[in-house]
Amino acid sequence: MIRKLTAGVAVVAAASVLAGCPPSGGGASGGGSGSGPILVGYYGDLTGPTATFGTSTREGVDLAVEEINQDPPLGRPLEIRAEDDQGKSEQAVSVVTKLVDQDQVVAVLGEVASSNSLAAAPVCQRANVPMITPASTNPQVTQVGDYIFRICFIDPFQGSVMAKFAANSLNAKRAAILWDAKSDYSKGLRDFFKQTFPGQIVAEPSYSAGDTDFNAQLNAIKQANPDVIFVPGYYTEVGTIARQARDQGIKAPLIGGDGWDSPKLFESAGKALDGSYFSNHYSAESTDPRVQDFISAYKKKYNGKVPDAMAALGYDAAKILADSLKRAGATDGPKLRDAIAQTKDFAGVTGNISLDADRNATKPAVVLQISGDRFKYVETVEP
Amino acid sequence: MWALLQNFIIGIQTGAVYALIAVGYTMVYGVLRLINFAHGDVYMVGAFVGLTLAARMGFATAASIPGFTLIFFFTLAICAVLGVAIERFAYRPLRRAPRITALITAIGVSLLLEALAQLIWGAAPQYFPTMELFRLQPVRIGAVELNAKYFLILFLSLFLMTALWFIVTRTRVGKAMRAVSHDHEAAALMGINVNRIISVTFALGSALAAAAGLLVSAVTNVKIDPLVGVMPGLKAFVAAVLGGIGNIPGALVGGLVMGVAEAFVAGMAGGKFSTWRDAIAFILLILILIFRPAGLLGRATVEKV
Repeated sequence: MIRKLTAGVAVVAAASVLAGCPPSGGGASGGGSGSGPILVGYYGDLTGPTATFGTSTREGVDLAVEEINQDPPLGRPLEIRAEDDQGKSEQAVSVVTKLVDQDQVVAVLGEVASSNSLAAAPVCQRANVPMITPASTNPQVTQVGDYIFRICFIDPFQGSVMAKFAANSLNAKRAAILWDAKSDYSKGLRDFFKQTFPGQIVAEPSYSAGDTDFNAQLNAIKQANPDVIFVPGYYTEVGTIARQARDQGIKAPLIGGDGWDSPKLFESAGKALDGSYFSNHYSAESTDPRVQDFISAYKKKYNGKVPDAMAALGYDAAKILADSLKRAGATDGPKLRDAIAQTKDFAGVTGNISLDADRNATKPAVVLQISGDRFKYVETVEP
Repeated sequence: MWALLQNFIIGIQTGAVYALIAVGYTMVYGVLRLINFAHGDVYMVGAFVGLTLAARMGFATAASIPGFTLIFFFTLAICAVLGVAIERFAYRPLRRAPRITALITAIGVSLLLEALAQLIWGAAPQYFPTMELFRLQPVRIGAVELNAKYFLILFLSLFLMTALWFIVTRTRVGKAMRAVSHDHEAAALMGINVNRIISVTFALGSALAAAAGLLVSAVTNVKIDPLVGVMPGLKAFVAAVLGGIGNIPGALVGGLVMGVAEAFVAGMAGGKFSTWRDAIAFILLILILIFRPAGLLGRATVEKV
């Protein structure tokens, strides 16, 4: 893998050379002070293997900013500086460094994948720039420091939701776990599922993100004869795993977490995931007027596309940032951080959001069932 | 017992794909003494080209036997041309340069192909839709249940390698290829057009890699993205070294050994050791380099001074 590394270094070097060229914001009006727009950084995987995470979040953020700028906080419109990290941790560090040092943004929104948020969070923490991750659920992310926030639930909760759901609603006594050894998110969910699941864990093989052949691991699972298979991975692999499981004649339902949520899931899985379940942040089938308003605004802006949970979380994250800017009355790091930390009962699309002392959101989760080409709402689980 | 057998069969199936790619490494090494690191990316291009052709044709038509056969041969032809072009423009100008120069160029070509693929097809994964043609029934042997589509890949891979073996050992071109691999100058003195033979070698190797990429992605619907060839490429390279680089039956043996080793590491003891799955390839590589540097089927050659 040395050649990949060299390539990465070359790309980073090239990127920093290019980034140095345009005068970014200028010294005086660099995001914070002054009267120009308030610069806000966004980073995510706009390209790469889980690109719908980054693009959906970005679309949600953009929609929110459009609405925010009709009545901007501090009388200055928000302006998003978006960077693509290609889903790579090292790239996340480099683009967030650019956002913080060169663009001098007042706050950073992103990432979805916990591994990437974990990589970039120290950059924001060191620079005293608040970072709000819309969707990283691994508990360690906000433990990086007091400038790092999240507006989603965390994996101990998500893992326990699915463990209880498997035991109570699916009557599972024996569970197998197929997890991604390269992902902090997946490892966390695996551990929390194991802690809560009252039955027996019969097998827990792993794979690496990017793999395309899961047959040997699935064979190990098949021999253990589980009632349910927990796959805390991302949609790119989950679809293929489901196909290969069905090809081997494994009939047990697959269950998973919010990493499954992507319109691309149907492309990768075909019909293999029909009848499987996963936990998520919101359901597009909710009748809540807040959700329905959001969905219709999103559809109008993006040609009838139904927003997934990442879009909803991106939207909420940007709205919470704007709300905090208003309450802070300033753009400097410490004041803004305190304002974000005081967020209470914010009426978001993904539920009422209050941040606790650990800078995590306490929120309900929904369980969705995959049925044909849609995610059917099953139940809401309160924390 | 049945679980072991099932693991073994899964390993053979994975290994056959490695072998198919490894053959290209080994052939190119045989004639040029060059590790063509761009080879794994030809696998990726094969998958993308097949997908593009199938989309153009319409997946309904592509899912018929004549439709898929047509796509299959077109993809192989396009990638064979790509292989020849790579050799003509990247490696031929460096034929007399030190070996390390060519090796670095190969890495460059690999990165170029990945970047070009990202430009043409984008970085997001794409998938073949489920095709009726490959909706096969599971095969049962005792307690072993396996999907027939993996056997389809296995048999097609073995068939293609047999065809290649026939070309190399039973035809004039094959004889010329073997002559070139022994000694370029001597072969040229015997009236063999060395450049043409090297082109043919690249064409054949690239076509096989493309066949592997297309078969795997079309039959099992796994993702296709610009980096999808990197891991299979590396594994196949290890397989080629394992079997004895430059040795075609060695590539087959090396591929199968690798596939089976991986399947056992990933599948044994309830998958407890599955994190070691990718490591096993490189552990095998290190072991073979220590204890049998010429590979399982390779012959140790004496360096002439």
